[in-house]
Amino acid sequence: MKILVCMSVVPDTTTKISFIENNTKFNTQGVQFIINPYDELSLTKAIEIAEKNGGTVTVATVGLSDTEPVIRKALAIGANDAIRVNAEPKDGLQVASLLADIVKSNAYDLVLTGRESIDYNGGQICGLLAELLSWPAVNVCTKIEFENGNMQFERDIDGGRQNVTCSLPVIASAQKDLCEPRIPNMKGIMAARTKPLSVIEPNINETGSEYFQFENPVAKQAVRMIDANQAGDLINILKNEIKILS
Amino acid sequence: MIGIYAEISDGKFKKSVLEAASYANQMNSNGVVAFCVGSTNDDEIQKLSKYGVNKIVTIGSISFDSQNYTQILSKAIQKENIQTLILANTYEGKSIGPRLSIALNASLATNVISLPDMNQGFSVKRSVFSGKGFAYVKLIKDTKVIAITPNSIDLIERPTSISIENFDGAVSENKTNITSTHKAEGKIPLTEAEIVVSAGRGLKGPENWGMVEELANLLGAATACSKPVSDMGWRPHSEHVGQTGITIKPNLYIAIGISGAIQHLAGVSSSKVIVAINKDPEAPFFKAADIGIVGDAFEILPQIIAAAKLNLN
Ligand SMILES: Cc1cc2nc3c(=O)[nH]c(=O)nc-3n(C[C@H](O)[C@H](O)[C@H](O)COP(=O)(O)OP(=O)(O)OC[C@H]3O[C@@H](n4cnc5c(N)ncnc54)[C@H](O)[C@@H]3O)c2cc1C
Ligand SMILES: Nc1ncnc2c1ncn2[C@@H]1O[C@H](COP(=O)(O)O)[C@@H](O)[C@H]1O
Repeated sequence: MKILVCMSVVPDTTTKISFIENNTKFNTQGVQFIINPYDELSLTKAIEIAEKNGGTVTVATVGLSDTEPVIRKALAIGANDAIRVNAEPKDGLQVASLLADIVKSNAYDLVLTGRESIDYNGGQICGLLAELLSWPAVNVCTKIEFENGNMQFERDIDGGRQNVTCSLPVIASAQKDLCEPRIPNMKGIMAARTKPLSVIEPNINETGSEYFQFENPVAKQAVRMIDANQAGDLINILKNEIKILS
Repeated sequence: MIGIYAEISDGKFKKSVLEAASYANQMNSNGVVAFCVGSTNDDEIQKLSKYGVNKIVTIGSISFDSQNYTQILSKAIQKENIQTLILANTYEGKSIGPRLSIALNASLATNVISLPDMNQGFSVKRSVFSGKGFAYVKLIKDTKVIAITPNSIDLIERPTSISIENFDGAVSENKTNITSTHKAEGKIPLTEAEIVVSAGRGLKGPENWGMVEELANLLGAATACSKPVSDMGWRPHSEHVGQTGITIKPNLYIAIGISGAIQHLAGVSSSKVIVAINKDPEAPFFKAADIGIVGDAFEILPQIIAAAKLNLN
């Protein structure tokens, strides 16, 4: 089975988010970049499926050369090879169009994405890519397995979960609970150095949106403390002052 | 014309649909058309008319498949000459919104929390970096698909009369097959809850969640938890909120025995009012909270529960 894992490179979860150039750009100074946590899950799952059923795992990232150390980490975790599309991500449509191009020219059976990237949090790529390819898609999966020639999924739905089956090819997005992410070991790190990482130039430049301004949330006012012995007052305050309870 | 996707859940339109209608009725337009798949009843349809929907286009029931929903909905939407389609960022909305944007050749914005600003083209505000920032984004294509975050848009009534039309369209066979569905009965889905009671490792063990659930029931709230709590299996993973869990935006978030790590705050800090209860006065959560109580949850919660029983309807 040929599996493609779409991977975005995002700021570490502890990053304090700030903006520069009149709030038109994200400030990357001093920021540590990591594999998007959901993509760590889809990557691990793809490797498990390939180990069980035979197959290869390719990682694809749309990003500039500064994403390569993180791509090498994905190779160290166990991907066979990687593709980097040499473009700065601008919006979901651009990224999905570039990824669709890779899928079209390589005959993958299974394409995995994360449920969302924790930077721009579009949660868009899985659906965009599926529609660009005219493929079925299963979003927000807590289980992804290949059994008896078919894909078996469990996905989150509003207020519950659902089991879904589908034949290949299909695209799915990973949700927490899918698996335990693998951590690279020494052998993996050594092997990653020589695994193929091909760089391709973008041949499409379609976008649907333009980011032009950012801001941070307004800082909270000082917290109002309630005495522990009067904790019941909380209900009174919420009901009669803030009027949020009735 | 503005369109809204009116998701049906158990025969009803959820609050998020009324939010989408309120969003649409505040945009300068000559009418709002709702599109729904599946069956509902007259009372529900009249509910939409209260929020400015002039027309509803109904499509017969088909089993959910994002590809087929997109196929039939995009045909119905194109027939009505819709320039902007509003939907809610529910799981269903997330599955079809991006697909619809491709089928309609539209610009797409998700996690949107504001009405469009028409001053410089057509732009909206959306939350990014899991709530640690906001972005203003211009939608450059003629047609737009906008997915709004639940609890971001106030309900605005604009009563009108509503006409009903059925759209008949052939769909291909679903490629995905749903084999079973499990829904927690009678529970309020976390992403849509207006009030959330959440607890962390400070509660010591799963056996102590009785009081968290009791308070949640009294307040009509959903329950949530921190990541370690779901990692240890004290609570189901579907309750895990934060940067790597669910991002929520309730009117009221009560955090009990949660330290307030940056990754946790990322998913909850957009809540309108935050209450933190923690025995450590230095807990970071107090910097992100509106109201704080320093003390032992095992002494504080019973007091709050007693007050809720006494004072709430
Ligand atoms: C990549 C990454 C992603 C992450 N994503 C998330 C995420 O999405 N969501 C998330 O929640 N975390 C996330 N975390 C974990 C996060 O960093 C914290 O470790 C976690 O939020 C802590 O959970 P906690 O507050 O329940 O536990 P603790 O940090 O152990 O805090 C327990 C708190 O309870 C208080 N307490 C103890 N006893 C009592 C008592 N009797 N009464 C009242 N208070 C009491 C303590 O003072 C303390 O503040 C992530 C971490 C990483 C590295
Ligand atoms: N620049 C990118 N390159 C490759 N894959 C990406 C990129 N951005 C997002 N993705 C994939 O799309 C998923 C959802 O991202 P998003 O739609 O941005 O929230 C991520 O988890 C990745 O799998």
